[in-house]
Amino acid sequence: MVKRMLLRLARPLDGFLLTLLAAVMVIGLFVLYSASEQDPAKVLAQVVNIGIALAAMWAVANVRPEHLLRIAVPLYILGVVLLIAVAGVGQVSHGARRWLHFGFVRLQPSELMKIALPLVLAWYFERHSARLKLRHFALALVLLLIPVGLIAKEPDLGTALLIFASGFYVIFLAGISSRILLGALAATVAAMPLLWSHLHNYQRQRILTLINPSLDPLGTGYHTIQSTIAVGSGGIFGKGWLHASQSHLGFLPESTTDFIFAVFAEEFGLIGNIVLLALFLLITARGLVIAADARSLATRLLAGGITLTFFTYAFVNMGMVSGILPVVGVPLPLVSYGGTAMLTILLGFGILMSIQTHKKLVKG
Amino acid sequence: MSPRSELKDPQREIARFRGRLAFGAGFILLLSIVLAGRFFYVQITEHAHYSTMAENNRITIVPIVPNRGLILDRNGVVLARNYSAYTLEITPSKVHNLGATIAALGRIVEISPRDRALFDKLRDESHAFQSIPIRTHLNEVEVARLAVNLYRFPGVQIKARMFRDYPLGDLAVHAVGYVGRINDSDLKRLTAQGELSNYQGTQYIGKTGIEQSYERQLHGRTGYEEVETNAVGRPVRTLSRTPPVSGDNLYLGLDARMQEIADQAFGNNRGALVAIDPHTGGILAFVSRPGYNPNLFVDGIDTVDWNALNDSPDHPLEDRVIQGLFPPGSTFKPFMAMAGLELHVITPQFQIHDPGYFQLPGQSHRYRDWKKGGHGIVDVHKAIIVSCDTFFYTLAHMMGIQNIHDFVSKFGFGSRTGIDIEGELPGLLASPTWKWKRFHQPWYPGETVITGIGQGYTLVTPMQLAYAVAMLADNGTAYRPHLVQAIQNGKTDRIKTVVPIITRDEHFDPAYEALIRDAMIHVNLPGGTAPIAWHGCPYPVAGKTGTAQLIDIGQGQNYNASKLNARLRDNGVYIAYAPADDPKIAAAAVVQNAGEGGDVAAPIVRKIFDYYLLGKVPPPPPPPATAKESPHG
Repeated sequence: MVKRMLLRLARPLDGFLLTLLAAVMVIGLFVLYSASEQDPAKVLAQVVNIGIALAAMWAVANVRPEHLLRIAVPLYILGVVLLIAVAGVGQVSHGARRWLHFGFVRLQPSELMKIALPLVLAWYFERHSARLKLRHFALALVLLLIPVGLIAKEPDLGTALLIFASGFYVIFLAGISSRILLGALAATVAAMPLLWSHLHNYQRQRILTLINPSLDPLGTGYHTIQSTIAVGSGGIFGKGWLHASQSHLGFLPESTTDFIFAVFAEEFGLIGNIVLLALFLLITARGLVIAADARSLATRLLAGGITLTFFTYAFVNMGMVSGILPVVGVPLPLVSYGGTAMLTILLGFGILMSIQTHKKLVKG
Repeated sequence: MSPRSELKDPQREIARFRGRLAFGAGFILLLSIVLAGRFFYVQITEHAHYSTMAENNRITIVPIVPNRGLILDRNGVVLARNYSAYTLEITPSKVHNLGATIAALGRIVEISPRDRALFDKLRDESHAFQSIPIRTHLNEVEVARLAVNLYRFPGVQIKARMFRDYPLGDLAVHAVGYVGRINDSDLKRLTAQGELSNYQGTQYIGKTGIEQSYERQLHGRTGYEEVETNAVGRPVRTLSRTPPVSGDNLYLGLDARMQEIADQAFGNNRGALVAIDPHTGGILAFVSRPGYNPNLFVDGIDTVDWNALNDSPDHPLEDRVIQGLFPPGSTFKPFMAMAGLELHVITPQFQIHDPGYFQLPGQSHRYRDWKKGGHGIVDVHKAIIVSCDTFFYTLAHMMGIQNIHDFVSKFGFGSRTGIDIEGELPGLLASPTWKWKRFHQPWYPGETVITGIGQGYTLVTPMQLAYAVAMLADNGTAYRPHLVQAIQNGKTDRIKTVVPIITRDEHFDPAYEALIRDAMIHVNLPGGTAPIAWHGCPYPVAGKTGTAQLIDIGQGQNYNASKLNARLRDNGVYIAYAPADDPKIAAAAVVQNAGEGGDVAAPIVRKIFDYYLLGKVPPPPPPPATAKESPHG
């Protein structure tokens, strides 16, 4: 009886994917315990975050993909409206307006966009799937650039670029001509010097600091230097759990959120890093398989877009911590402390699972 | 392309999609290899290097805060300076029981309820990992007593901090401004400017006045030391040192002595005075009364002091020079006269007969002159001297509101003068378009009539009045008003004088200029409206008095009726420049609720001019029995 109920509950879930996600999240909790100076309250709070996010994932996985696509447009419009609202009344934190207060809930509309944008683009391409022409791609680009522009103005250049990537993947998968793509790439490269002259002083500084962190040892360079020291001092086997001296002595900023990977890398070394990278790759591979098997254009694009975006986040965070990418405020998926990011990531996987488990019911 | 290929072909489409997906997978693999390569490089190839950095030689970067630039008056009298003092600071995130810790510290050094209240307030405004002072200005004995006990209090530190000090207290406080602790909105601005790392270790930032608008120059560049620390974080030796660069010193055009004379001349009156050099726009005097003590703000102002200042019906925090909005009253008349002459609405010979009032054609309402029975036959010259209302009612009616608005705008009314501190208000020069936008009502002819004598909607700041009268003094040329006269580079000590910037250059007919100047000279002579204030003055002065009925803008609502009545009394307004034949100083003064401009405002301007032109210092004020002295003495 109980067993049957559990089976029914689990029916919309993808067992393989869930196992991998759980593995990374468990690793995350252990690292968080260490990074938070062994603060059980913080770990418990994260367990609650994970619980809420898993429940949301399960709920979404139950919804058939075509129903999910139906809310694409309202969700997208809501997201854009909220982003505009943030520009007006958003709460300033760490020097940027990113949050909206609704009584007891704090909302970061750019997080909503991470789901809404791939959804709306998938919906849009599906609608015009009969004959996709250049103008459809052009309009998709507009749909993409509206939220990206608004987020870039917050100013949150890092998130804006990642949201751009998530939309771009969908457009790329939808089959935009490679000639246009190469042309755009060439144009971007050619426009680099022009772009450079239009960047804010601090944005240039960030790029210069990346090339040579000692240029700004009091500012962003400090983060890069310290996190690279942490990673490098980990060596092959790491210093062992709870022994990350760099982060425990307060050298690392944001050691439970954006820079948690430094703690992990210091404690578990190269072996740990390769294991974690492998887990991320397996999750990504599973997502790509789901995308390849999906039955409609929209679900294919959605699954592919979400999967590629997930890996991009992981890559950008690990690259930033190990000192090959500029410091942008991006958490490590499934590991960094924080409820909102956890929720959006698992919602994304909920959509993937919904696509996978409902595919027999979709008319080919 | 054949038409068929545009139609949906599921197989082809899926193949294409899978191709793209494969490309994506390849891309991901490539990124993974890059990442793995980086891990390999950092954790194996360079492991020894990073290991050394992490384990044996932990290098900390310690910011060295630069000395903030001084603010001095034109003679080098210090208006804002720094001093170093020891503070006792707590980092709340590192303390387990804050209450017990503070209580224990309180047994070693005195911690007053005010210290405690301030600490709580700062804690609310700061992040838990920031170090917050619980006691400032520790003396040697206290430092010694704390030092031996500090091991018992993790998260508690003694720090040597630089403090800002304003030795002359409220003198020119609205111009100099004050610094305060860096808050979230400051952080946001610093981030946007890319200045955040330059503020590592800095606690204060300019909040108002010059301290705010010249923050970039005053702050300097933060230096840093690379310090090697041992395993428990204690400094072992300094590896390298990049010295900080001190902020620039700012020399103002103000004269502390002259400010003091003006403060004393205002006595208990509220109001503002601003004097500028008509040939450069350099500000020579900048007075807004009452003032306040900027030193209260430096460590974070406590609630009691803040409420006292903020709720005071006298509004000491308001910078009346650039934020006080007043009807110009009759000081508007010289500008009206220039408008009438330049637009050829009237000639110098044009005359009216003043019966003591003006009536619009076909209406019975009488717009009264201030003098019952009128001034008789009046031309523009006499109209300025005796401040004839009827003449300017007539002129305004003849010109029409749009002409008035368009011409008088040339003197800068209705727009900001561009002074080098923030918060300046543009005032208001009404027009039918403005009124429609604001009230959705048409413009009435009667409103044009009263605009002619500086009443109605028109509102000006004392700064605008001084700017406009300086423009009259300098034959139609106006300069951007600036408080800072010279900047002394913090690194090279070289002094650079601020170059005057011409912001308006009107070419008025020299004959009209001469006429208005002559009339304004006669204002201050017997027969004019301000003869007593200028009795026996050895240099020629051009001036104009004004007495404005009050629309008390920006005043609070919570004071009682008897006070309210006093606050609805007329404002005295006065503008002048001298010497009239070779102007060196131009000024505007407003004395609130004190009566006529010639009686209350002109004498203050005279004291300033006498000091500036003749070096005359007025006798010390009478003992406090009759008048309250300015607090800085």
